[in-house]
Amino acid sequence: MAVTRLRKDPWWMTAGIYTIIILFTIIAVYPILRVISISLRPGNLLHTTSLRLIPENATLQAYLTLFTKKPFLRWLLNSTIVSGMVTILGVALASTAGYAFSRFKFRGREFGMISVITTQMFPVTMLLIPLFIMLIYLHLYDTFLGLVIAYSATVLPFCIWQMKGYYDTIPVSLEEAARIDGSSQFGAFYRIVLPLAAPALVITALFSFMGSWSEYLVAAVILNDQRLFTLPLGLKQFQSNFSTEWGLYAAGAVMVSIPVIILFLILSRWLISGLTLGSVKE
Amino acid sequence: MAAIVTTVQDYLSDLKKNRLAYYYITPAFLVMGFVILYPFLYNIVLSLTNMNLTHFRNWRIIGLEQYVRVFSSPDFYSILLKTIIWTVVNVFFHVTIGVSLALLLNRPLWGRSIFRTLLILPWAVPQYITALTWRGMFQYRYGAINLILVKYFGIHQIQWLSTPLGAFSAALITNIWLGFPFMMVIALGGLQSIPQELYEAAEVDGAGRWQQLRNITLPLLKPIMIPAISLGIIWTFNNFNVIWLVSNGGQPADSTHILVSYVYKAVFNYYRYGYAAALSMVIFGILLIISVRFIKQTKGTKGAY
Repeated sequence: MAVTRLRKDPWWMTAGIYTIIILFTIIAVYPILRVISISLRPGNLLHTTSLRLIPENATLQAYLTLFTKKPFLRWLLNSTIVSGMVTILGVALASTAGYAFSRFKFRGREFGMISVITTQMFPVTMLLIPLFIMLIYLHLYDTFLGLVIAYSATVLPFCIWQMKGYYDTIPVSLEEAARIDGSSQFGAFYRIVLPLAAPALVITALFSFMGSWSEYLVAAVILNDQRLFTLPLGLKQFQSNFSTEWGLYAAGAVMVSIPVIILFLILSRWLISGLTLGSVKE
Repeated sequence: MAAIVTTVQDYLSDLKKNRLAYYYITPAFLVMGFVILYPFLYNIVLSLTNMNLTHFRNWRIIGLEQYVRVFSSPDFYSILLKTIIWTVVNVFFHVTIGVSLALLLNRPLWGRSIFRTLLILPWAVPQYITALTWRGMFQYRYGAINLILVKYFGIHQIQWLSTPLGAFSAALITNIWLGFPFMMVIALGGLQSIPQELYEAAEVDGAGRWQQLRNITLPLLKPIMIPAISLGIIWTFNNFNVIWLVSNGGQPADSTHILVSYVYKAVFNYYRYGYAAALSMVIFGILLIISVRFIKQTKGTKGAY
């Protein structure tokens, strides 16, 4: 890892750097600790002016209620199914499309790249109503399949861009060597390039997963059946009576965030080496 | 006629030559076309109609009337201004905080990887949870922000959520918090790609720390940050979640809208479909112009290094 340092820093500079970094780390972590703290409060202490991180009489009651009295496990299962399917679809489609944009000089390539970026400029409200009407016609309204297709389409543009950027850093000569050794074009992609692009694939999978795990608006439009509710829809129900269900909401928020936070912790090294955004040219 | 035939032939021969490329992109474009392109075209048609709650089934094409309505409303200009302020302030802080932290983390430091991981966390938390949590923290009496301000800084409590400026600032702070890690990660990746020899050479030439930063690090970081910044501008401009959830739907009294939340209100609270579709097209147009200008401008400076 390249590290920018050739001279020794004076002590005051080191101290200054640590101060800034620690300050921002506290700012980054505090709201998360705060939610955890609220989720541990007993029901009669939800409104308090205390800033203690571990509340008096801390209890896991909110979590217990969440798992035993609310359909939390069902929401968890639904979200896992949907996010899993979107991840598989997102990785499969973005890894191939990104490869085409990186390696082939086909007609309409630049137009294709630009239209991929352009989709990001559509305000989400513009897509919601037509999508809603279209899914009703296709009998995909209120189904997981409808939601999975909608999510895949929304995560794909970024993932394609990101895969293309990474493929661009892999030398073409590797595939050419494989071709000379008798490998097919697809074989060269599948056996040589794809394994090398593992960091980018991991990032693409992470974004596809996160995009669907955390999405509320599209789910609210497409899903109506309570049994199909994903986590965001479920958690939002606590918020309709915000003052009374604040503890449940906090417990739910912690449970929803833990899987993504763990994923981020595990993948944070890959995040830095695997996250590249390709440019339109070249 | 002959020209058309040759163009078509051209395309067909390209189709044959790059057949594999088309195989690779078709599935992705089918899905995106289905969910993005078709609704986009539908939206264009909708923007030319008078569809609303009273004309839901018997709507008809009325031409550009909805666009005239958009541009002649004074609300549009004040909300556009607010959206621009929202975008500029957010992206400015995302990039400055993100790049500064990346520079500080890109040196030998005790506990570097721990700090790096913790600093990425705001990005990992789902946006709607961040927004609702911060809304709770901005609460006047029991919210953590006011409690901290009073206890440690001796400042009087601030009316965050009940005043227009307070609510808007609250949304801004929330969004700055959740957005800087993305820029930090991109910048960290960029810093690693800068060859170490450049700094060694600069050192030999007697260049100081500041000169190295200005003449090596920042210019080489720029081409990596540009795509991230353009994406950041687009995402922030269209970020519905944070402003809507922190201000609880534009409260107080619809004074904290940005364009995208304003459209949402027009659709789902007032059922003005035609109007909302026209406004969506205008938002899209504005973003297109900004992005094209931004990309052109940065391409112009690309020759410098």
